[in-house]
Amino acid sequence: MSDTIQLTVNGGSRSINCDPSSPLLYVLREQCGLTGTHFGCGLNQCGACFVLVDGQPLASCDTPMWSVAGKSVVTVEGLGSPGKPHPLQTALIEEQALQCGYCISGIQISAAALLEKNPDPTDKDVREALDGNLCRCGAHNRIVRAVRRAAEAMREGAKA
Amino acid sequence: MTTPPPPQLPGNLKSNPRLGQWLRVDPQGFVELSPGKVEIGQGILTALTQIAADEFDVAPERIRLKPATTAASPNEGVTSGSLSIQDSGSAIRHACAQARGLFLASAAERLGVDASQLTVEDGAIRGPGNVATSYWELAESVDINLDATPGIKAKAPAARKIAGASAARLDLPEKVFGQRRFIHDTLYEGVLHGRVVRPPSPGAKLLSLDETAARNIDGIAAIVRDGSFVGVVADSELAAVRARDALAKSATWSEGLELPDFHNLANWLKSRPLESKVVAEKKTAVSAVPARAIRREFTRPYTAHASVGTSCAVAQWQGDKLNVWTHCQGIYNLRADLALVFGMSESDIVVEHREGAGCYGHNGADDVGLDASLLARAAPGRQVRVAWSREEELGWGPFSPAMAIAVEADLDDAGDILQWRFDLWSNGHATRPGRGDSPTLLSGYYLEKPFPMLPGGNMPLATGGGADRNAVPAYAFASQRITNHRLLEMPIRTSALRSLGAFANVFAIESMMDIIATEKGEDPVAFRLRHLEDARARAVVEAAARRANWGKQKREDGVGYGIGYAKYKNLGAWCAVVAEVECGRDIRVRKLTIAVDVGEVINPDGVVNQIEGGAIQATSHALKEAVTFDRERITSDTWETYPILKFSEAPAVEVEIINRPGERALGAGEGAHGPTVAAIANAIADAMGVRVYDLPLTPDRVIAAVNAA
Repeated sequence: MSDTIQLTVNGGSRSINCDPSSPLLYVLREQCGLTGTHFGCGLNQCGACFVLVDGQPLASCDTPMWSVAGKSVVTVEGLGSPGKPHPLQTALIEEQALQCGYCISGIQISAAALLEKNPDPTDKDVREALDGNLCRCGAHNRIVRAVRRAAEAMREGAKA
Repeated sequence: MTTPPPPQLPGNLKSNPRLGQWLRVDPQGFVELSPGKVEIGQGILTALTQIAADEFDVAPERIRLKPATTAASPNEGVTSGSLSIQDSGSAIRHACAQARGLFLASAAERLGVDASQLTVEDGAIRGPGNVATSYWELAESVDINLDATPGIKAKAPAARKIAGASAARLDLPEKVFGQRRFIHDTLYEGVLHGRVVRPPSPGAKLLSLDETAARNIDGIAAIVRDGSFVGVVADSELAAVRARDALAKSATWSEGLELPDFHNLANWLKSRPLESKVVAEKKTAVSAVPARAIRREFTRPYTAHASVGTSCAVAQWQGDKLNVWTHCQGIYNLRADLALVFGMSESDIVVEHREGAGCYGHNGADDVGLDASLLARAAPGRQVRVAWSREEELGWGPFSPAMAIAVEADLDDAGDILQWRFDLWSNGHATRPGRGDSPTLLSGYYLEKPFPMLPGGNMPLATGGGADRNAVPAYAFASQRITNHRLLEMPIRTSALRSLGAFANVFAIESMMDIIATEKGEDPVAFRLRHLEDARARAVVEAAARRANWGKQKREDGVGYGIGYAKYKNLGAWCAVVAEVECGRDIRVRKLTIAVDVGEVINPDGVVNQIEGGAIQATSHALKEAVTFDRERITSDTWETYPILKFSEAPAVEVEIINRPGERALGAGEGAHGPTVAAIANAIADAMGVRVYDLPLTPDRVIAAVNAA
């Protein structure tokens, strides 16, 4: 039942040998070593496992490998790194925007997709964009502030 | 004249007096700090680092935190009850102050000057005439493996530079960048993966199992069966998940326990076998005679921890020795119960902490530690990792118990309270492991030789209580009697969830205070202040009211304001909340304005984060959450059937801290829960003129109350 599936992960092309029905989440974690994407529910109801597939946030727990063949997948590790952080990552740390942080990888994915489409989102825009992501610790307002702060930084960066 | 009592060691130094257990100075220029308290998303490691850095006079960057392990760390019990700052923080402050003194004494001897002439800055010790040495130089010659001495003087609050200021959380960057900080990720590669097949309903027994389909899945290492406990071990996580699903499909089960009547929980709770106990009573003779009595009943449903990450653990057997990596709140407690299950000595088990997703009480973290240990027996020498499914997390972790509360007040002819009677019915809020002769870990109830599922108990009220937490009102009533009716059977497994009984008790007390104030035509804030003698209680009520512009808010149709107050456990933080709520098709909490007094503040931003997070989580509990079930099974085991508050539903939150330097530092984690639900309930009543007595406070219930009015 194994097959080879070609795709791009965080900018690099990969050939993955797997059962095509395998959810992307397990392939990312087990075969690509990218454990920043987290399991939350397995039913596309919480956003913890979101990744960008061709720029769209998708639940990797619920996305079979065959459906991402030839596509570009970006995980939280692909957004930025300590040496080269994404503005969202800088803003989340500046705002001390998390408590436990388990949900934050998936939230960054939803927020990155939003900022791609809407460089100046309102508070309401951000909340609506994050409604597919659950946070249990109650860090919602700080996260929203961080996303808007990142948006501002990105607009400033674009001007400069 | 009486002589003052001899000084005592503070906090958890009492039970773990050896200084070397708490910190170690390394010649390489760092300090290893070993708290027994653990990070559960609340930022405690950062606050403890601040305290240590301040007291020991080193930069926070020099402090390295050692994960808590039963092999070495002080036994600080369970990280719960908002006690870490109090019990661990005070111990670390004392240990660091004493260690600093030992280093200074050694430096004084070496440098030939008096210790009082020495200063320390970031570990560098200097004295008159440019004499100098450092902690790092002295590290090998100063012995701190001795018992702490009572009466050591720590720095005055004004001399503290790091504790008391906001500090960035140490654990955040790794979490933001998706690096391996969580137990789910740190121990992932090279491990085997296990999964457990749960019965369809609590108490069901396995009748038959066909292993054929599961055995055909690539990568299966073992199928484990012990009575009604069934699990699988595989080379990959996906194989383990698929084999578990295949096994679940093939299994047949007996019927389980009969579950309560979801639609009539109050009656169900009151009709069980009960142990009834008056937990507080006060009688003062007054001249006024009761003109009438007012009685109201309140309920709350079972609720779930509902962490976004599922419970996860790794276990490894090496011969007869067991190692477990866990994100549970009490490593020593888990070790004790594992020893009971396996009939082995605690000294043959090491339990080590790794961080997990947000933890708000006794969830499945301990249970999955047993699951991993049971499955790892099938793969000697190998690490076996088990992560629960969402259905296990929402359906099988311990729940917070359902509660029924009846409050009766005798009023004089002016409508003032003469006597207050408060009765509550609830299962115990404590079935944590490590506290009894019989283990309380889930899978232990399903083994070939099962352990009994004993009904949960409660801690004594003097140390915070359980079901009766905050059941004793903060108000000065002439006479009162508070009775706790504990259920002696427990078909639905219950234990500690953030704030325990305080959530429902404060909801009931504060609702009743508003009902009585409104009947008298008195402002709810003024009414409370008239009954509050404690100055710090009055201060938070006044501060929240002032900040929320109480009484001067512009009135809008369908919008109401309510206040809630409690001093957590009647022992901890003082907290008052004003809620602004809009009742339309949905109930929308627009804003929560909060004033809190946690004594001396260690990390202001940490306090705000905890209070704000607690208030938003309490809003979710108040408006949305109920564990649902039919007479056989739990039916709320996905996010669709157990919804929690979403981003677009989260209220704005403002927090004002009343800082009290020099006063005992108190925890902030749970103080906002009770006052928040109470404030929301009172705001709904203010908006609609009718009151909802049953949680959660849903639009359907508001409509039913309007129709009944």
